[in-house]
Amino acid sequence: MSTAKVNKARFAEDAIRELGWWKAHRFLLLRRASQLTVLALFAIGPLWGLWLLKGNLSSSLLLDTIPMADPLVTLQLLTSGHVPEASLLIGAAVIGLFYALMGGRVFCSWVCPVNMVTDLAAYLRRRFTLPRTPELPRQLRYFMLALVLLLPVVTGVAAWEWLNPVPVLYRAVLFGAGAGLGLLVAIFLADLLLVERMWCSHLCPSGALFALLGKLSPVKMTAMNAKDCNNCMDCFVVCPERQVLKPSLKGPSPIITDSDCTQCGRCIDVCAKRVFQYKNRFTSQDKPLEKSHRIAKKAENEQ
Amino acid sequence: MTRQQSKTQGINRRQFLATTARLSCAVALAGGGIATVAKSQPLGPQAIRPPGALAEQDFLSACVRCGLCVEACPYDTLKIARWFEQAPTGTPWFEARKVPCEMCDDIPCIKACPSGALEQALTDIDQAKMGIAVLIDEKNCLNFKGLRCDVCYRVCPLIDNAITLERSRNERSGHHAMFIPVVHPDACTGCGKCEHACVLDEAAIKVLPPHIAMGKTADHDTYIDTENTTLEMLNKGFEL
Ligand code: SF4
Ligand code: SF4
Ligand code: SF4
Ligand code: SF4
Ligand code: SF4
Repeated sequence: MSTAKVNKARFAEDAIRELGWWKAHRFLLLRRASQLTVLALFAIGPLWGLWLLKGNLSSSLLLDTIPMADPLVTLQLLTSGHVPEASLLIGAAVIGLFYALMGGRVFCSWVCPVNMVTDLAAYLRRRFTLPRTPELPRQLRYFMLALVLLLPVVTGVAAWEWLNPVPVLYRAVLFGAGAGLGLLVAIFLADLLLVERMWCSHLCPSGALFALLGKLSPVKMTAMNAKDCNNCMDCFVVCPERQVLKPSLKGPSPIITDSDCTQCGRCIDVCAKRVFQYKNRFTSQDKPLEKSHRIAKKAENEQ
Repeated sequence: MTRQQSKTQGINRRQFLATTARLSCAVALAGGGIATVAKSQPLGPQAIRPPGALAEQDFLSACVRCGLCVEACPYDTLKIARWFEQAPTGTPWFEARKVPCEMCDDIPCIKACPSGALEQALTDIDQAKMGIAVLIDEKNCLNFKGLRCDVCYRVCPLIDNAITLERSRNERSGHHAMFIPVVHPDACTGCGKCEHACVLDEAAIKVLPPHIAMGKTADHDTYIDTENTTLEMLNKGFEL
């Protein structure tokens, strides 16, 4: 481990040489395309009258038939004591089930627009090698989640929706509510200057709820070829939730079971040794063989 | 939670509890802040909710701020409140003076609402209570000056029902009549067409949210329905 050092000029250089530029940025670019496509599908309605998707991420209607709703805002209504129309409950169930299958925080890395802002801050941090800052406890987001669900009990209104940056960004784009962008700037600056990955990895209650939803998901990032890992540490540099990596690389099972993993696939991108793969965790149990490799690897590492 | 376990290995129980306590305090403080701003945003007097909206407090706990009602409105009447506008951010409202509600028969805005913030039970738009028109300025209203402007009266979708012209003697000239527009709160839907159409630079008739436009008698007040109470007493054989 002592040889592992982050060198910004050489970041992911091996991967780019080994896999080619496209492959070393594949999931990053696909994610951006996905995030912008979802936003665009909402925006072409008000702009050109092409109503594939109506509404916004809080609640929407796909092709005028399938309701979809944000589980967090739906839970807030319920804790405020309001019983919504069935269509909202069905919508929340549709979205909840989808992410429970796909691995909760898929929302964060593939749909949520705020992710583009926080990734930019993280990129700049890396580019200018800003000093590591003391970490906030990552459980803070679960406290935030509890708070967001308790506020309606106390105040009687869905108070968090006043501040929630996810719909704020959507409203800014769809309904021209530009003032909300100030909040995004604040998040960007906090991520850049205060605490690394402050918003998405420590505070966001939506991310916390999606992490809980994705606990049992079959889709998991998996360090299939952990035996090939050469400790270049590039995955640790890009991963927004780097605490999830070590158990899969050094632990007994290669599957990243921690649902904090956003399934962003950046670890696949930047790894020249092709260690990581998306896997169905229930069909990829070739553990015994893996394990012997691991033990060998471990012994090797400790020399 | 595997991570939790590996985390707690390094720290003891007391540290864990201390961190938890500190986090709780920080989060509770943040919560206080959020609650304060969220509640300190009352509906401005000119901000009218879409038809079928629940009472303001219930509305705020029900509306998910999806904008589906806004997108459903064919006349671009409804808009989403931006930060620091008259209504809490993201909720739908309209300014009658700019674009009034056209009182669609099929009420698409209500149909679109998934949360029940706009009551599906309202199917007759004439029963809507978006607000109540009030002839607020008797000084500048042209009809009060003895002219026959009548514009607010004539544009009202519920003409002669929600708004009537009451004839009275013009004391100024002594022999002319005045036709005074009078709004009947029970029938007025608050669509705002009258406010929109008022010919003055600043409308003399304005739609206000019902809780501002109307007084309220105490619940125990026996004068609420004097006529019926009296009849009832007579029917039951009370001796007056
Ligand atoms: S953590 Fe929150 S803000 Fe970040 S990507 Fe997930 S939902 Fe979006
Ligand atoms: S482990 Fe890989 S997929 Fe999961 S968050 Fe980290 S970089 Fe993304
Ligand atoms: S009734 Fe029609 S015009 Fe009025 S707010 Fe609803 S959709 Fe718009
Ligand atoms: S459709 Fe209903 S929930 Fe959505 S913004 Fe309008 S009132 Fe609120
Ligand atoms: S708001 Fe004005 S136009 Fe609309 S129903 Fe009431 S009196 Fe008539």
